[in-house]
Amino acid sequence: MIEPKVYREMGLNDAEYAQIVEILGRHPNYTEVGMYAVMWSEHCGYKYSRPVLKLFPTAGPRVLQGPGENAGAVDVGDGMAVVMKIESHNHPSAVEPYEGAATGVGGIVRDIFTMGARPMAALNSLRFGELSDARTRYLFDRAVAGIAGYGNCIGVPSVAGEVYFDDCYEGNPLINAMCLGLVKSDKIARSSASGAGNSVMYVGAKTGRDGIHGATFASVELSDESEERRSPTQVGDPFTEKLLIEATLEALNTGHIVGIQDMGAAGLTCSTTEMAAKGDSGMEVDISLVPRREEGMTPYEIMLSESQERMLLVAAKGHENEVKDIFEKWGLDAVVIGRLTDDGIVRIYDNGELAAEVPAKSLAEDTPVYYMEARIPDYIAQVKHFDKDELPQIEDFESVLEVLLRRHNIASKEYIYRQYDHMAQINTVVLPGSDASVLRLKGTGRGLAVTVDCNSRYCYLDPYTGSAIAVAEAARNVVCSGAEPAAVTDCLNFGNPEKPEIFWQFRQAVEGISAACRAFGVPVISGNVSFYNESQGVAIYPTPAIGVLGVIEDIERRCTSFFKNDGDAVVVLGFNGPGLDGSEYLKAMHGRVAGCPSLDLDKEKRLQACCLKAIRSGLLASAHDIAEGGLAVALAESCFNTEGSHGVSVEISSDGLRQDDALFGEAQSRILVSLAPSKLDKLMKLAAEHDVPLMVIGAVGGSNLIIDLDESRVIDLQIEKIESAWRGSIEEALA
Amino acid sequence: MKFGVVIFPGSNCDCDCCRVVEQVMEEPVDLIWHEADSVDGYDCIILPGGFSYGNYLRAGAIASHSPVMGAVKEAAADGKLVMGICNGFQVLTEAGLLPGVLQRNKNLRFICKFLHLKVEHNKSAFTNACSPGQVLRIPIAHDEGNYYVDPKVLAEMEEKGQILFRYCDADGMVSAEANPNGSLGNIAGICNREGNVMGMMPYPERSAEEILTSADGRLIFESVLRHLKEL
Repeated sequence: MIEPKVYREMGLNDAEYAQIVEILGRHPNYTEVGMYAVMWSEHCGYKYSRPVLKLFPTAGPRVLQGPGENAGAVDVGDGMAVVMKIESHNHPSAVEPYEGAATGVGGIVRDIFTMGARPMAALNSLRFGELSDARTRYLFDRAVAGIAGYGNCIGVPSVAGEVYFDDCYEGNPLINAMCLGLVKSDKIARSSASGAGNSVMYVGAKTGRDGIHGATFASVELSDESEERRSPTQVGDPFTEKLLIEATLEALNTGHIVGIQDMGAAGLTCSTTEMAAKGDSGMEVDISLVPRREEGMTPYEIMLSESQERMLLVAAKGHENEVKDIFEKWGLDAVVIGRLTDDGIVRIYDNGELAAEVPAKSLAEDTPVYYMEARIPDYIAQVKHFDKDELPQIEDFESVLEVLLRRHNIASKEYIYRQYDHMAQINTVVLPGSDASVLRLKGTGRGLAVTVDCNSRYCYLDPYTGSAIAVAEAARNVVCSGAEPAAVTDCLNFGNPEKPEIFWQFRQAVEGISAACRAFGVPVISGNVSFYNESQGVAIYPTPAIGVLGVIEDIERRCTSFFKNDGDAVVVLGFNGPGLDGSEYLKAMHGRVAGCPSLDLDKEKRLQACCLKAIRSGLLASAHDIAEGGLAVALAESCFNTEGSHGVSVEISSDGLRQDDALFGEAQSRILVSLAPSKLDKLMKLAAEHDVPLMVIGAVGGSNLIIDLDESRVIDLQIEKIESAWRGSIEEALA
Repeated sequence: MKFGVVIFPGSNCDCDCCRVVEQVMEEPVDLIWHEADSVDGYDCIILPGGFSYGNYLRAGAIASHSPVMGAVKEAAADGKLVMGICNGFQVLTEAGLLPGVLQRNKNLRFICKFLHLKVEHNKSAFTNACSPGQVLRIPIAHDEGNYYVDPKVLAEMEEKGQILFRYCDADGMVSAEANPNGSLGNIAGICNREGNVMGMMPYPERSAEEILTSADGRLIFESVLRHLKEL
């Protein structure tokens, strides 16, 4: 019998322990308790989030694989599928940013090639405290270096991403890694293991003591002791991962692999029980056969190790050597460690001696589920009290714009993406810096647009609307690139779900995402939940990072956010309205985080349909989502074309809004476009058909950004000057 | 004209090179495994970019001892064309087939971006399709591209026309501002004294199609083909 202190430290409560005793009909041994503890942690078992996640729409005509596998998959035409997923690696990165971020990339990439897909692009969504803090600068710089070090080495281009800086992330940064891969639709590999007698093979790197209990570590709040818990962070070896990619794809191609799963969180425990459970099988494994890099490891340590770059696969009986030969050609271990049975029990032997005997489904599927209490947090009522008329008027709009362009949340992210190889595999036809990155699908004439997005300040102010906006904005970014949104993957980063206020945020966010996905007809095909993102008891802003994949039917009709031709008309397509709530302007100039961001899903849908049609019809020279910093910042960003900057001159009226709102407000459902004047009539017709307002505000040209507001010139700034400030701001903060 | 692209464990850009040779230049190409002991039958051998052996020890150091490198050295001695791109360039310097070394970038960070190269002259098997002084737009993506060579050797290389490409600005000015990584003399690409072995840090295969925003890299492959056809 296991002491309560022991299982409690592993993260199990008394009732859960009692449930294990009931399942087994006896007390579990130490190894078994460890296995249940990781599999029943929120990180692996989704015991708090599972009932809520059911709200997501997951079906659609393109969906080939929804949530529940290593990653989701959608049909992108010509018999090809894109496999996609996003995952968090927050807590390891808070303790050891380089390896934490690097292994985050490694883990998500394995999820993709485990499905038989060649990883074709990586993205990341990052959150840190403010760069004025020295430790934040260290975390930021090392995390970016870790992503670069791993991603560059494995030859998967990091094509897009987002980063925000806010004090709420100071003690608990977020590192979310996303990956997509390409596979023939009929060659998608799965993790289900079936066929008694088939061989269980361990392939890849050797097992060490690193990362033991990483999954449990992810399921507690960070504290001062977290620094002491370095053992839960894993160390990555991207070179081995690269070999594993090539060997695995080659081995899958033989057709002799029945099922395959990455050994990520909870290592061998997770892969053995989940694979067996999915295939209604049992499994017998002798862990004395597991290749190791340390001596004297106990069964508990081997079963719980989260050493990187390892996979478990089931090979058809009689074909083990063909699989083994391929891995050995790539210099990797491939060892038969056991076989499938048909009794649903996973038996772990250590040199012939039974070390654990557990029903697979009891760990992998019959996780305890908790219906948590949700309570609206007190702060919600406070932040809603926002009377914008009380805000002092700021007269000098030029300096406001200069301040906003330097804000790290708005400034160019090139300091980051310059360090990522974003061109490997020669598919990246729209490089990072535009609203979404665009990849061609070689040999098809089509392409993909990908982005990841989330304004968590909106989500803090109103988790439901903020999360819906995250979906809307990510979809809008993809649309601005000329793609039709096809699928969503989400990484839901929240505080401690055992607190009713946090659980309320979580539920609201999932409801908001679901509503937006339903409205746009875009399914959620995969994702990840990361709870316990708190430090010293204070939670991060709710941060549901939304990754969107879009399909471009004709790659020649892709679009970027940059102005291209002097003389082009500049147009705001969409719905003007008040937008100071939760804006970057409000935070930067007035020190306030308040208000209620709003979104009308129906208007948003019409806007996106209209913009997509306009791009597909070849009407637009550029399209740029109006987001943080409002119209003034959007205009500036469209001027900053790396292939040659342009100036712009516009005249707008505040039209019932405050003047600062007209310039810097972040009202949703607006897109800044430019086009040849001769095409304006067609665009107006299209806008009318979609019942979308359209305002011609000026023209591209000159070398300045000029804004006349209510017939007076409020901004007249040299592009060269503001562009270099915008480009250099993040690097300056680190110097 | 037959091309061979070597795969070391950790090579990343082998497929990109193959695509450009096969689809863009429409010439036959094979992949050559690092354990091959012969590279006979190929007119041009490409050592591609990537992280051979994880670039552990030093970039290109372990790969330079691969079995295939013995065969590549023989082919080079026979006058066959050998082209090292990025990591391939690093392998060639480590193998002693090209002079100098590639150190870490001056800013100690990986740099990925499009930039401009000035073609020093067009009397080389790798530049004959360019005009002298032509400015090419080709991207780099490397951590260790900071070229250094002994000043005496450099003087000799300059004299013999072994410098093929230098980093420059859009107008062709070779300046400190246009130097991304601290390379001596803004050097981006060189060849051996005989002119048949070339190494360059920028990636011509990443800019060989208009859709990739520049097709200038094609000129390198065209030069090779032109040279081979004239033989």
